[in-house]
Amino acid sequence: MPALGADMEAGTLVEWCVNLGDRVRSGDVIAVVETQKGAIEVEVFVDGVVSNIFIPVGERVPVGTILARIDRPGEEAPSTPSESGPVPVAARTPVAIREAAAEPAPATAGASPRSASRRKVAPVARRRAATLRLDLATIKGTGVEGSIRLADVEAAALIPKATSPVKRGLDLAEMRKAIAAAMSRSKREIPHYYLTETMDLHRPLAWLERFNAEREPIDRILPAVLFLKAAALALHEQPKLNGVYENGAFVAGEGVHVGWAIALRGGGLIAPAIRDTDKKSLAELMAAMRDLVERARRGGLRGSELASPTITVTSVGERGAETVTGVIYPPQVAIVGFGRVAARPWVVDGRVESRPLVTVSLAADHRVTDGHLGGLYLATVARLLQEPEKL
Amino acid sequence: MTDDELRRLILDLICEIAPEADPASARDKDDLRETFDLDSMDFANLVAAIHRRTKIDVPEADYNKLYTLEKAVAYLAAKAQG
Repeated sequence: MPALGADMEAGTLVEWCVNLGDRVRSGDVIAVVETQKGAIEVEVFVDGVVSNIFIPVGERVPVGTILARIDRPGEEAPSTPSESGPVPVAARTPVAIREAAAEPAPATAGASPRSASRRKVAPVARRRAATLRLDLATIKGTGVEGSIRLADVEAAALIPKATSPVKRGLDLAEMRKAIAAAMSRSKREIPHYYLTETMDLHRPLAWLERFNAEREPIDRILPAVLFLKAAALALHEQPKLNGVYENGAFVAGEGVHVGWAIALRGGGLIAPAIRDTDKKSLAELMAAMRDLVERARRGGLRGSELASPTITVTSVGERGAETVTGVIYPPQVAIVGFGRVAARPWVVDGRVESRPLVTVSLAADHRVTDGHLGGLYLATVARLLQEPEKL
Repeated sequence: MTDDELRRLILDLICEIAPEADPASARDKDDLRETFDLDSMDFANLVAAIHRRTKIDVPEADYNKLYTLEKAVAYLAAKAQG
């Protein structure tokens, strides 16, 4: 059971996405775990064969518990367990879909013949079903081996619902507890210092307007993408803000993986990582952001996305407050906050003009850096934003 | 499309973006972003969905003409004719 962020103590295994004997590759999702932050997909980071599954669906186990055994190529046991082998039923019968598992289900809930093997669902169909709040278990698949295609989901959407919509997997009260635990730890342990800098967005927003004018709606970019990229690139000059503080020492991040703070409607907040934020183009970052927001809200985030952020960036958007000063998410050492963009008086060449301004804040860990370095970082962000074409 | 059809389309698309949304709570003159708690990304997705479904390309400068149901229906109806 991986630790998916600070202060996670246990998780409930709600779905096995592999069967015994399945070959897996690094990056594959092998299970879904219900945490205080909703359903999280757990990946593996080795290539091999699933040789043992220890934890049945429905069981809640502490962080650190071994969930399954994967034999790497060459170390496979002589008698690879086969489908006919004596394996526990509960372990072999994955709950077909996460949405069903969100209901309180006993460990044997998946033990029907249909779910003896995992139903294949096209990712686009899964997303569509989640959007429409359709229970995949009720959808008839017409693809290869009964797999569910997008067309099946669209067809099912036309059938009037007999029952209420599928219950949402995310328990907001639980998420509040997780946020409270992480933020309490932060305020208890991390000696924060705070800096703010007001930045003129006249140039970057004018550039973005031209950029978007030539593009169809789906290819347009939000100002927040410029913020994200500038915040990530500025870390090249101040790498001490990018990493974690663990066991009494700062450990620099291997790469810049910005945790992007996403507010959930109805309350709750989650900040999954956008891997190699600094190396992605603006279009790639917009796509990554769109994808993360969508998955955060329906509970499809991956374990690695929650465990890997090296810094957090939050942007409150057009309906947020003018300034946001963040609380560092431990064990990270900094959080950058972009307030609402607003037209305000600004002095340009000795004259007052109306300019779109944003207040950018940095909250950082005094055990690692101090205000001088933090100030240099904000100045770098401001400078980078003035050259949006280079972002 | 009639005004009623446009109204229903907008609400349908909002419900796809914000599954928690209750379309019955929409009032013609209220700000959709307030009613349904839509952030900048949600609104960008709404404009993209309108484009996908109706082929109407709303330029960024006109996003503010979609902020209420009443204005959005009038704007899209005019665009569809022009």
